[in-house]
Amino acid sequence: MSEPYVVEARGVRKWFGSNEVLKSITLSVSRGEVLCLLGPSGSGKTTFLRCINHLESIDGGRILVNGELMGYRQRGDKVYELKPREIAEQRRSIGMVFQRFNLFPHMTALENITEAPIGIAKMPKNTARERGMALLDRVGLADKANQYPAQLSGGQQQRVAIARALALDPTLMLFDEPTSALDPELVGDVLDVMRDLAQSGMTMIVVTHEIGFSREAADRVVFMDGGVVVEEGPPSQLLDDPQHERTRAFLQSVL
Amino acid sequence: MASTTRTVASDDDVVAIPLRHPGRWIAAAAIVVVLGLLFTSLWRNPNVDHPSITEFLFDPRILKGVWLTIVITAVSMVVGTILAVTLAIMRMSSNPVLRAVAFGYTWFFRGTPLLVQIVFWGYLGLLYQQISLGVPLTDIQFFSADTNDLIPALVGGVIALSLNEGAYAAEIVRAGLLSIDHGQREAAYSLGMGPGYTMRRIVLPQAMKVIIPPMGNETISMLKSTSLLAVVAVAELYTAATQISSQNLRQVELLIVASIWYLAMTTALSIPQYYLERYYGRGTARELPPTPWQQFRGWTGRMSGRWQNRQIARAAAREAVDE
Repeated sequence: MSEPYVVEARGVRKWFGSNEVLKSITLSVSRGEVLCLLGPSGSGKTTFLRCINHLESIDGGRILVNGELMGYRQRGDKVYELKPREIAEQRRSIGMVFQRFNLFPHMTALENITEAPIGIAKMPKNTARERGMALLDRVGLADKANQYPAQLSGGQQQRVAIARALALDPTLMLFDEPTSALDPELVGDVLDVMRDLAQSGMTMIVVTHEIGFSREAADRVVFMDGGVVVEEGPPSQLLDDPQHERTRAFLQSVL
Repeated sequence: MASTTRTVASDDDVVAIPLRHPGRWIAAAAIVVVLGLLFTSLWRNPNVDHPSITEFLFDPRILKGVWLTIVITAVSMVVGTILAVTLAIMRMSSNPVLRAVAFGYTWFFRGTPLLVQIVFWGYLGLLYQQISLGVPLTDIQFFSADTNDLIPALVGGVIALSLNEGAYAAEIVRAGLLSIDHGQREAAYSLGMGPGYTMRRIVLPQAMKVIIPPMGNETISMLKSTSLLAVVAVAELYTAATQISSQNLRQVELLIVASIWYLAMTTALSIPQYYLERYYGRGTARELPPTPWQQFRGWTGRMSGRWQNRQIARAAAREAVDE
């Protein structure tokens, strides 16, 4: 079965209390596509990203990843919540990179990467370590394998976090403002790794403020504001010739 | 004249004369003198029979009491800690019944004196003459025993200490769990880890860093609380000491013997605590400082190196003289 879309979101709604943060989001991401989500803070882009791997549950609509309903099972016209174990299984095919890295501080860089393959996917330890080293090499940190996160710079930590998210061979990578917590001079290395990943054909959804990255790496850019998709299109069109006033205002304030 | 200027070598190297603290010196001297007098008066006290301290320090009954104290402490701490982790997780569960039960447990066992709880378990036989296991509301019984046979004083005492410890340690464990950033759980979930696995491999190991220092306190406190089992006649260290002194009437000497052992045991406990803290603190310090043992090894290494160098130098000097 080859699903044309890796992610298919239809009419996704989400409330935080009485505050509606996602107002019917409909969005599809094709295999190998790199999608950048732009928008002011509070626009719901991070929440939407977290709904995709069910870190947040949704209050309306459907999210399908690789053709599978995320977090729920549909029987007839009823939708049932999945067990934590089943949700955990679904999440294995989705890698996520966080703004604050969230590396496990009590494990070395390599252990951070091999923890899930060994403990969850039951991969033999040697295989997991070899693959972990290959991933570290890919993000340019093979020499930091035995360092603890506290001994690494922010940029290095984020690259380890990307390697960790890749360890289970995900079909989709989610990036939640991966460079926002970094010192400006460390942003480049992380973006380089992401660019390589995009070129290798990985399907990626990136919440970012990096307009430059969106311009060169994204296949499609989506601008969100107030919980709705305001505008979407190829970067050249959306970034250089935005149709909506809100998009224009946002781009002006960022650039 | 107003224009007198003192020449200072440079603003950079102003040599300030440190502020004197005569008060500190006086206070320190006074305290040393008072302590010295206190110790000599205790030590020179003709009513203290020093030979009997040394005589009873390694008395087999005392040694047996020491061993029992260690066993009671170890078992109660292990059971209490398991209970504490369970209670802490229950307290943080989304199930309101579990939360309420855990809260009620802590409320009850922290709210009543440990001594009362110990005596209560001693009197359990009055409440339930028989303890049996069977199917409720039927006559089917798999097992039945007399309460006093099933739960002798020692077991009752250990149960009391464990249950009480569970209540205190639960709050310590909960504080440790709460100290872990939520992002850690999210990262674990995003990697496909389930809630149980995340707790075991990601959250608890990090929480240990926060949990261990107060748990060291709890262990020391537990070691001393075992002496309360004297009221139910468990022959731990304090009971052993008082039993001997009730025969030879050397109460003070035997209390000193017991105190020496308690101090020795609490001192010994700080060593595993140090290494546990180090183990769970990995990844926090950029470079862990050497352990006292490593420092000692380093020191002896340097000393022997110096000694060897000296030997070589001496041999060279001797050769020079010979020539």
